[in-house]
Amino acid sequence: MTRPAPTITDDNRGFWEAAHDGRLVSQQCSGCGQLRHPPRPMCPYCHSIEHELVELAGTGTVYSYAILHHPQHPAFSYPVIAVLVDLDEGVRLLSNLVGVEPGDVHIDMPVRVTFDETEAGMAVPVFEPMGSST
Amino acid sequence: MSAGLGGAAAIVGIGQTEFSKAAGRSETQLASEAIVAALLDAGLTTDDVDGFVSYTIDPVEETELVRALGTPEVRWSSRVPYGGGGSQGVLLHAAAAVAGGAARVVVAYRAIKARSGERFGRAKVSTRPTSAHSGSTASQWCSPFGVLTPASWMALNATRYMHAFGVTSADFGRAVVQLRDYAATNPNAHFYGRPITLEDHQSSRWIAEPAIRLFDCCQETDGAVAIVITASDRAQDTVAPIEIAAAGNAGLFGEEIASDHYRPNLEVMEGSVALATQLFGGGFTRSDIDVAMIYDAFTPVFLMQLEALGFCGFGEAKDFIADGQISPAGSLPCNTNGGLIGEGYIHGLNLTVEAVRQLRGTAVNQLDGPRTALVAASRTGVILQRPL
Repeated sequence: MTRPAPTITDDNRGFWEAAHDGRLVSQQCSGCGQLRHPPRPMCPYCHSIEHELVELAGTGTVYSYAILHHPQHPAFSYPVIAVLVDLDEGVRLLSNLVGVEPGDVHIDMPVRVTFDETEAGMAVPVFEPMGSST
Repeated sequence: MSAGLGGAAAIVGIGQTEFSKAAGRSETQLASEAIVAALLDAGLTTDDVDGFVSYTIDPVEETELVRALGTPEVRWSSRVPYGGGGSQGVLLHAAAAVAGGAARVVVAYRAIKARSGERFGRAKVSTRPTSAHSGSTASQWCSPFGVLTPASWMALNATRYMHAFGVTSADFGRAVVQLRDYAATNPNAHFYGRPITLEDHQSSRWIAEPAIRLFDCCQETDGAVAIVITASDRAQDTVAPIEIAAAGNAGLFGEEIASDHYRPNLEVMEGSVALATQLFGGGFTRSDIDVAMIYDAFTPVFLMQLEALGFCGFGEAKDFIADGQISPAGSLPCNTNGGLIGEGYIHGLNLTVEAVRQLRGTAVNQLDGPRTALVAASRTGVILQRPL
């Protein structure tokens, strides 16, 4: 089984559509320029409802992680490596780390984005150690 | 808010069902049984009740509940969001209602079949984007990554906490050993008669490495608890009133419940810091607290809240616990029923009931005459006090 498709809403659609196209984006407020994730319909700093979706470099570091052993869902291979990635532009993303042994994961590890397919032909951004080859 | 409510309302009754792994009856029945028991305890009847409050996530329909209980006229009702982190908010709502005159007798309840029904800990993929008012966006931002359970959401915060302060799984284990000691002498606890050693904890399997082992997880439980709240002047006529001396709710920008991943600094539970500022802003100090109930869905958040609430420095909960401070002889006995890890998980409201028992002098692991108790669950909390 492939991983479940993301749930699309009016507020998050741009993020997931970009991921489907192989791009990692963040909302950027058209009023004050703040980047923000998760997406939202209004800027909490200036209350502008206008935003753009800007492409991020896709590089960052592991802020934290967890090696998930149990319980298990048939859509995933275990252990699942869950990570919080602090991207270089300053937004944080929850994702998976791939292409690494669980025992080698560590906080502050430099990582870069890649994409993994989901059900329904969608894709999600996942991360691999910087310097690994794919 | 907390200072304004101080002493205006009191808990006059507590009730519960048995806690089990398979209740074999509906949540509505569980709630009804617990409420009738709480009213009996208070010396009141269902005719006296004109207000209800529970969690947004509670499955019991108010209409079904009223149909079962026969309450003649509900004048006020409310629901509190944020799941277990909002659990003590039912007391803030109830206290505000009776203090302001919107209701005279409010019943706060939580009925749950967390084991035989919908298990929080099951690996499930939801197609709803959010938790529908329990305070989490985990289903849209975690599900596609296999981060499917509260343990997996919270483990991300816990790993960072461990990294920041040099906390180990064994440090968590020492807390669990104490909680299981309390549970071992509590006949109502899932782990009654089953204490563990640190070695038992350390050999329990990983759920989310390196933060959460099996024995760090609360016990998914079936059951219900109910608490009766009235204004303090009316409470004086009851047998064993316990004042709601302070009540707080601190929901911070950027914070989520359980899937709280987007605050810049996840090493500290900042909502709990803000809660403590509210609760201890009105004349109470930490040294006034004789016994504390701290929401222990998973061991790491128990330690993190001890620190955030100000009972020890950041990163020092491991030493506070190793020094025996949460034990019966310590400076802050905690979760004397065994907590959610040892007694069972009625989503935090069984901790409130235990605090009332301690203040009344009727707990199974009774401390020596505690007068003031703290119940804290992430962003919500109360200080309860036995009148002199």
